[in-house]
Amino acid sequence: MSVQTKKQTTDNPKIIGRLLLVVVAMFGFGFALVPLYDVFCDVTGLNGKTGDKVNFETAPTVDESRLVKITFLASLNESMPWEFKPQQNFIEVHPGKPTTINYIAKNISSKSIVGNAVPSVSPGLAAAYFQKTECFCFTQQELKAGEEKIMPVTFIVDSELSDEINEIALSYTFFISKQNNEDLADNNLTAKSINTFK
Amino acid sequence: MNAVVEEHHDHDHKPTGIGRWLFSTNHKDIGSMYLWFAFTMFFIGGALALLIRAELFQPGMQIVEPEFFNQLTTLHGLIMVFGVIMPAFVGLANWQLPMMIGAPDMALPRMNNWSFWLLPGAFGLLLASLVMSLMGLGSAPNFGWTFYAPLSTTYGPDSTDYFIFSVHLMGISSVMGAINVIATIMNLRAPGMTYMKMPIFVWTWFITAYLLIAVMPVLAGVVTMMLTDRNFGTSFFDAAGGGDPVMFQHVFWFFGHPEVYIMILPAFGIISSIVPTFSRKPLFGYSSMVYATASIAFLSFIVWAHHMFTTGMPVAGELFFMYSTMLIAIPTGVKVFNWISTMWRGALTFETPMLFAIAFIFLFTMGGFTGLMLCIAPADFQYHDTYFVVAHFHYVLVTGAAFSIMAAVYFWLPKWTGNMYDEKLGKLHFWLTCISANVLFFPMHFIGLAGMPRRIPDYALQFAEFNQIASVGAFVFGFSQLIFLYVVIKCVRGGEKATDKVWEGAHGLEFDLPSPAPFHSYTTPPVVK
Ligand code: HEM
Ligand SMILES: [Cu+2]
Repeated sequence: MSVQTKKQTTDNPKIIGRLLLVVVAMFGFGFALVPLYDVFCDVTGLNGKTGDKVNFETAPTVDESRLVKITFLASLNESMPWEFKPQQNFIEVHPGKPTTINYIAKNISSKSIVGNAVPSVSPGLAAAYFQKTECFCFTQQELKAGEEKIMPVTFIVDSELSDEINEIALSYTFFISKQNNEDLADNNLTAKSINTFK
Repeated sequence: MNAVVEEHHDHDHKPTGIGRWLFSTNHKDIGSMYLWFAFTMFFIGGALALLIRAELFQPGMQIVEPEFFNQLTTLHGLIMVFGVIMPAFVGLANWQLPMMIGAPDMALPRMNNWSFWLLPGAFGLLLASLVMSLMGLGSAPNFGWTFYAPLSTTYGPDSTDYFIFSVHLMGISSVMGAINVIATIMNLRAPGMTYMKMPIFVWTWFITAYLLIAVMPVLAGVVTMMLTDRNFGTSFFDAAGGGDPVMFQHVFWFFGHPEVYIMILPAFGIISSIVPTFSRKPLFGYSSMVYATASIAFLSFIVWAHHMFTTGMPVAGELFFMYSTMLIAIPTGVKVFNWISTMWRGALTFETPMLFAIAFIFLFTMGGFTGLMLCIAPADFQYHDTYFVVAHFHYVLVTGAAFSIMAAVYFWLPKWTGNMYDEKLGKLHFWLTCISANVLFFPMHFIGLAGMPRRIPDYALQFAEFNQIASVGAFVFGFSQLIFLYVVIKCVRGGEKATDKVWEGAHGLEFDLPSPAPFHSYTTPPVVK
């Protein structure tokens, strides 16, 4: 018996305490993965996530020798009762040159709806070189019943963009914003309702 | 001195009645409860699997609605992973660890009681949602055992909140179990038993316990994020609010891949105990086994995105996760070679535990090979989400983890009960199980390569024959397990008396104790030289 006591290096409460610390730390780590993931995507430009608004102090130099084709895509999250499309399907631009194009959105429901556009660029590695100076995706957009709105985007393709990339696709998906009031949710507009007709 | 040891001197006889089980702090009783719990869940999860295979016996919709089929695959997966394999390993740890290291009991017996009794609660909740679904009151969880967002957040049925709470309970149970294992191994080893003299089963559980402590909280975290996304307006996984559903997969698989090793490391320990016994030779390469286990555990943290090759990762990511995954094959290979070298020129006999162990070595390795095929990123674009993946993980989990548990039960049952099991029936159980498992899972490789997607209740005509073969295998496999149940019950009730050593080639402290092992294992610690 006593032999065992002497052998004992750390007592149980200490071990439990230390292990519980690890448990708490790993629980926190799970949550830390969320911002870490965003930082990682920002830094590497992976995942096609575009950055926030870019402001240029001086106008960037334009690379006249090169043309990059930008394709515009628009989609709606499943239950969003809007129409949404780009005014033109693509444009060819010189890197460094600010360009503005328009998307058009129309609310075809009988309620005022706040929407949220989430941009994505592919190939993912081009995302870091696709800089938006103006975009309807920076803020929430509200459309009254039946209202139509022109939504401009101004962007510059960084001249540092790798030579291997000559085409970039910019896509926006409009989601119903969580800021909409509850009766919208009851009005078969949120995705939850999809479940109920099972 | 240690309160545990003291306390157990006061009452040397078993408490009686239902209280013995409800308030049990005895490692053997708790171990038995864990094992019976896992056994029960095995039959429930198995019944769900048979429904799945019955539906897939023919193309077209036969028996169940597609919505219910989704609930079947989800609950089957959840029950088998969290309700069968994991609790069975904890049960074996409870029975064996104190005996193997010369301790009277687990270090934290009251916590042990808690860890167990959370489980029936957790699975009660989960199964309640299935019962309600059968009564037509909404759907049980239907998003697959991997519960990807947004299937489980935006589209999750109401019962998802039950599921979340149930996962929280399982997580707490596993973490407490793991803390107990670590405290026991660190503090209660017999004098002279240094770390490098511990039996391999103890080592593998020691490392598994650390894995559990590292990743179960991450699982708890991810279900908590789901909970707040669903009910409190956060947007962790919702693009509309700035979140990202792909991130769900990252956090889930950061837990998920180590989790698959949680389900196989103790199996490695079991096989490493059985093979030397029936080869009548010491384990070949003990220390390389320990290091291989540790490196597998370490590597398991940096390979998670091999489950996500098709999510649009950049090439650099695909390559990193492809190579890091391939690295795992090296320590795994070391283990397989060590087992084979242990058998090499040994005086082999083929009792049931050994049969299961040999089948494990062969069939688990096949699962490892298909794993290697899957980790080749460009090839995985074809294999991903097909029956090939289903074949892979059933080879590593059924003919791997589950076979090792069956082997362990046959191996130690005589020590636990004091009676020999019926060897004839044991062998019958083995052959039926081994053959039917292959009839069941082998054709899945072919239909997978040919493009049949997983988790879909209907399929194209050309897959019909292989699906029929698989379904026949499934029913034989399922019903063969009744033999196992019968053998275990028969052995608990009586039979030829087992010797203390049980097996001619047995080694280890647990075989120095009388059979059946006394209620309190080593009340005075043995001295290990
Ligand atoms: C050499 C070792 C292994 C390698 C290289 C490997 C590789 C892989 C890969 C690449 C996948 C993803 C396939 C896909 O979804 O397209 C996968 C899936 C899986 N593996 Fe393994 N694996 C190995 C061992 C194991 C072991 C030991 C287990 C468990 C005991 C396991 C359990 C699973 C499970 C459960 C899945 C499927 C998860 C799901 O999507 O539901 N694997 N494996
Ligand atoms: Cu994995």
